[in-house]
Amino acid sequence: MSETQPASEGMAGRETGMSGVFKRFASRRLAATSAGLLALFVWLVILWPWIEPHHPYALGDAQFAPPGGRHWGGTDVHGRDLLTRMMHGASMSLMVGAAGALVSLVIGVSWGAVAGYSGGRVDALMMRGVDVLYSLPSIIFVVVLITTLESALKQWFSKAFSTEFAASTRFLLLFFGLGSVSWLTMARIVRGQVLSLKNRSFVAASRVLGASHLHILRHHILPNVWGIVIVYLTLTVPSVVLYESFLSFLGLGVQPPQASLGSLIAEGASQINSVRIYWWLIAFPSAMLASILLALSVVGDGLRESLEVRNRE
Amino acid sequence: MSKPLRIFLQGLFILASGLTSGGCVRQQPRADVVIVNGADPESLDPAIITALEDYRVVPALFEGLTRIDPKTAVPIPGLAENWEVREEGTEYVFQLRPGLRWSTGEPLTADDVVFSWLRLLDPLTAADYAAQLFCVKNGEAFSTNGITDASKVGIHALDRNRVRVQLNHPVPYFLDLCASPTMAVVPRKVIETHGDRWLQVRPLPSSGSHTLEVWRLNDKLRLRKNPLYWDAANTVNSTVEFLPVGSPSTALNLYERGVVDIIWDKDLVPSELLDDLKSRPDFHAFPYIGTYFVRFNTTHPPFNDPRVRQALALAVNKRRIVERIIRGGEPVAHQLVPTGVAKHQAPDGLIPDPDAGRKLLAEAGFPQGKGFPVFQYLFDSAAGGGAKVHAKIAVELQEMWRRELGIRMELRQLEKKVYLAAQNGLDYDLSRSSWLGDYNDPNTFLDLFLSNNGNNRTGWKNARYDGLIHRANLERDDLQRSELLREAESLLVRQEAVVIPLYFYLGFQFYDGNRIEGIHGNILGMSAVRTIRNKAMEKGRDR
Amino acid sequence: MYLVRRLMGMLPVMLGISFLAFMLVRLAPGGPFDHERRPASPEIERRIREKYHLDEPLLTQYGRYLSGLIRGDLGPSLKYRNHSVSDIVIQGLPVSMTLGLCAFVFALGVGLPSGFYSAAKQGGFGDYASSLIALSGVCVPAFVVGPLLVMEFAVRKKMFPVALFESPMHLVLPTVTLGLYFSGRVSRLLREGMIAVRNAEFVMAARAKGLSDISVLFRHVFRIGVLPVVSYSGPMLADLLTGSFVVENLFQIPGIGVFMVNSSLSRDYTMIVGLVLVYAVLLLVLNLLVDVAYRWLDPRVSYE
Repeated sequence: MSETQPASEGMAGRETGMSGVFKRFASRRLAATSAGLLALFVWLVILWPWIEPHHPYALGDAQFAPPGGRHWGGTDVHGRDLLTRMMHGASMSLMVGAAGALVSLVIGVSWGAVAGYSGGRVDALMMRGVDVLYSLPSIIFVVVLITTLESALKQWFSKAFSTEFAASTRFLLLFFGLGSVSWLTMARIVRGQVLSLKNRSFVAASRVLGASHLHILRHHILPNVWGIVIVYLTLTVPSVVLYESFLSFLGLGVQPPQASLGSLIAEGASQINSVRIYWWLIAFPSAMLASILLALSVVGDGLRESLEVRNRE
Repeated sequence: MSKPLRIFLQGLFILASGLTSGGCVRQQPRADVVIVNGADPESLDPAIITALEDYRVVPALFEGLTRIDPKTAVPIPGLAENWEVREEGTEYVFQLRPGLRWSTGEPLTADDVVFSWLRLLDPLTAADYAAQLFCVKNGEAFSTNGITDASKVGIHALDRNRVRVQLNHPVPYFLDLCASPTMAVVPRKVIETHGDRWLQVRPLPSSGSHTLEVWRLNDKLRLRKNPLYWDAANTVNSTVEFLPVGSPSTALNLYERGVVDIIWDKDLVPSELLDDLKSRPDFHAFPYIGTYFVRFNTTHPPFNDPRVRQALALAVNKRRIVERIIRGGEPVAHQLVPTGVAKHQAPDGLIPDPDAGRKLLAEAGFPQGKGFPVFQYLFDSAAGGGAKVHAKIAVELQEMWRRELGIRMELRQLEKKVYLAAQNGLDYDLSRSSWLGDYNDPNTFLDLFLSNNGNNRTGWKNARYDGLIHRANLERDDLQRSELLREAESLLVRQEAVVIPLYFYLGFQFYDGNRIEGIHGNILGMSAVRTIRNKAMEKGRDR
Repeated sequence: MYLVRRLMGMLPVMLGISFLAFMLVRLAPGGPFDHERRPASPEIERRIREKYHLDEPLLTQYGRYLSGLIRGDLGPSLKYRNHSVSDIVIQGLPVSMTLGLCAFVFALGVGLPSGFYSAAKQGGFGDYASSLIALSGVCVPAFVVGPLLVMEFAVRKKMFPVALFESPMHLVLPTVTLGLYFSGRVSRLLREGMIAVRNAEFVMAARAKGLSDISVLFRHVFRIGVLPVVSYSGPMLADLLTGSFVVENLFQIPGIGVFMVNSSLSRDYTMIVGLVLVYAVLLLVLNLLVDVAYRWLDPRVSYE
């Protein structure tokens, strides 16, 4: 294994292209199955409002009915169907998770990569910026964000687009708020990896060969960071989803009667006590979230390994 | 368990032991009575306290001229042995008990009483409840900087043991006010030397049945019997501990394990479990001076039309809310003032009747809800671990009005402080509300909706209502007065329907009657600390 | 030299944080003295604000705050008006730190071995089993784990106390509840870090020299593979040492984690800024230590 070999990775990767990655991914049976199931689930969530047996907000007389023929997932305190609420909650949580993941992917990775690669004063400045943002009280941040911008944005939206769109202002702000706190640790981790990578021999060799900084970042450093980025993304999604439930608990997130998986779990958790447990309220939403995340990380794993093979060629 | 895991856990345990013995953990012998008190008291300074958690503790430390009878919640003699009412009810002369002393031994005199009350009014104290003494001659002027000479205020020491109070007008509930923890007698010397941090002084001079031994925020509050209290012979415990607990299930677990003897905060009884817990012998419920209701913003059309407000009130199925959501056996409310409040006659409220509601809505120009604008229901999130009762009620109301009246309501949940700001700024259509009375008299509820009251928050101004309340409070005859108040309340909840009362609060206490005695559920929710006895602890000590 | 420069650099950062936090909390609607019941006269409200200088221009207030800060005075709490912010921090921080340190040790003690094992058995059954456990740790939140642990080990089996903070036994359940989530993340990060360098050139070189698999894993792969965990340790430890709202609330532990959240909710301005500063000092110092540890673990890293 020669020292210069990794420098040619980029070339080899480009030749085989994304289709190669896809083929390798498809050949990993577990990852491919998970991806398939996940896609199926997303479709189910999207289509659910047309096929649901119960209206998500319809109150009923059957309070706390255990899972059974009429309500597969049981019912909650208002007699609402839990399964339906879970499906609606899942769509909310998937969006929240995706928003958080997207922001930490775009901002976090580039911020961390630039800081780590530049080093010196730029690095110090950028990382202290992250420290400052990390230290600020996030609850206050979200409160300020929502209260100062909500009504203004709402008015603007209802004028520029439609009132239906304006109703989703809160969500947009929520996504923005969650995203803005979710990228900080990602930046730290990426920066750490880049610091370690940029002094490896293959990077130095490429520099000697006269490659531009952007080229080195894109072709030598980032490909070696994707692994940790993907893993950390699979960790970011649950933390964003759960943070959303905390915000909802404080009245800053999703508005009742809407639900998210996180808020359903929180609702269920408040039912755990020594007298009796309505187990379905806690078990089903938790299981759904856990399986989504499990599938996500298996997919992430498969993706990372496919990319890795590409790098090694 | 595998070996390395066990070694790891043991190591962790040793680390924990090292850290905890390093001074962060203190173990004290168990107190005679341990009480889960709900949230942490924000303060123990009578001039600052506003919350029920504070109110339950402070009377044990600082007593007023009168105190509350724990059984009936009526004022009985406290530091004052007796009093004379003169000048048609506008002048009180209180006679202090002979030989009163602070817990640190100094004599407690009429000057201390005058100091404490003037301190409550003093602008520099910035007391929330200074207004309780605005009925005193020149009290309001002194408090709001009109006059600076304290001797002009109608509170004077006639001699060592006598205090004279001059009022602007007769106040039928003045003795109740004197029993309020806000008006308790506080130690002058400590306050003057230590300022706002005076409660950190040990030993802290106290005028009540107990002294303050430990007060660690978010940890515990420990009181010890004050042997110099005038009624010390009837204090039946020697140490009492108050734990702030944030989560209802934690409170219940602590209780079940015998770590605590009493849970006496209603927010700490999980409402989902109420119907199970209700049937247990250690569950004790009692009527409590609080009402849960909905405010209308009467400045936002169409809620400026009383018919619309009445229509909405008539369409609420209060029974469903009480039976299915609240579940503690709370009575449905059709009035604002809870049943059981002294000197009160309840008017007829609006009994739920969706048909009548639909008719009224049609009369107001919205047949079957057609043309009715989409409106918002404002409520606050129940942060801090309480049951999410507000959200549940909101969801129920939304569905009820959609089904019964065909009108659409959006829910607007806000974080507590934002919610308060919105309510104060009349930035809402309908708003979740509740009110807890300060003293055992209808006035503590009804004066809210006076035009100039800062707690009105509905935009509703009604000269007739204001007139009725003022006339009532000048009336010396109890029956006449309650008649006037009834008329005013009827205006509020029926003719004008400014609020929709949903239910009256109950107070809850959890304790084993075989072990704990002397705890009372009165309408003010304030059981006296001095009378609570733990029989089990006494047996243990005798052995 | 590097250390001195970094420590000096902390001052302007702290100043920036205090300024931003100070201004941010005042942007939020509602103030510390807004309660369900308002004082009967607006005059009283005005006086309370005056007493705590909330009526002054913001910059004057900030100047006042800074001059107090230099003297080591964080000001009075606006919610607990008989306590100063320092009183509360001094009382609660040691408690939170005790629990946080235990949870940190737990997180590393469980997370590192399981991540190492996963990486060593990559693709095998052991890897999947260990990853599954780590992932459930990450996605089942403390407010679910905690009550379940309490139900099983405290209420039913009576092995541990249900709550409070009085003896080492009282610390066991909170430590596990708090540490589980972090151990899951540590495990995932270590696994990934190790897999990423397993095929790097220097590892190949070491292997070519004839070192055994296990010693290569320990000496070379782990050393570099642990770097993501080290990066993550800074913020993680800062979070742990300043307490957790959920765990402290659930187990009734008198730390400052509860105040971290509640001060924001009650708009206790001085307390929020004070706690933010405490947190920031911890975070900056820990991140500095992380950078130092980096250089020690990976000699090729330089910060110039």
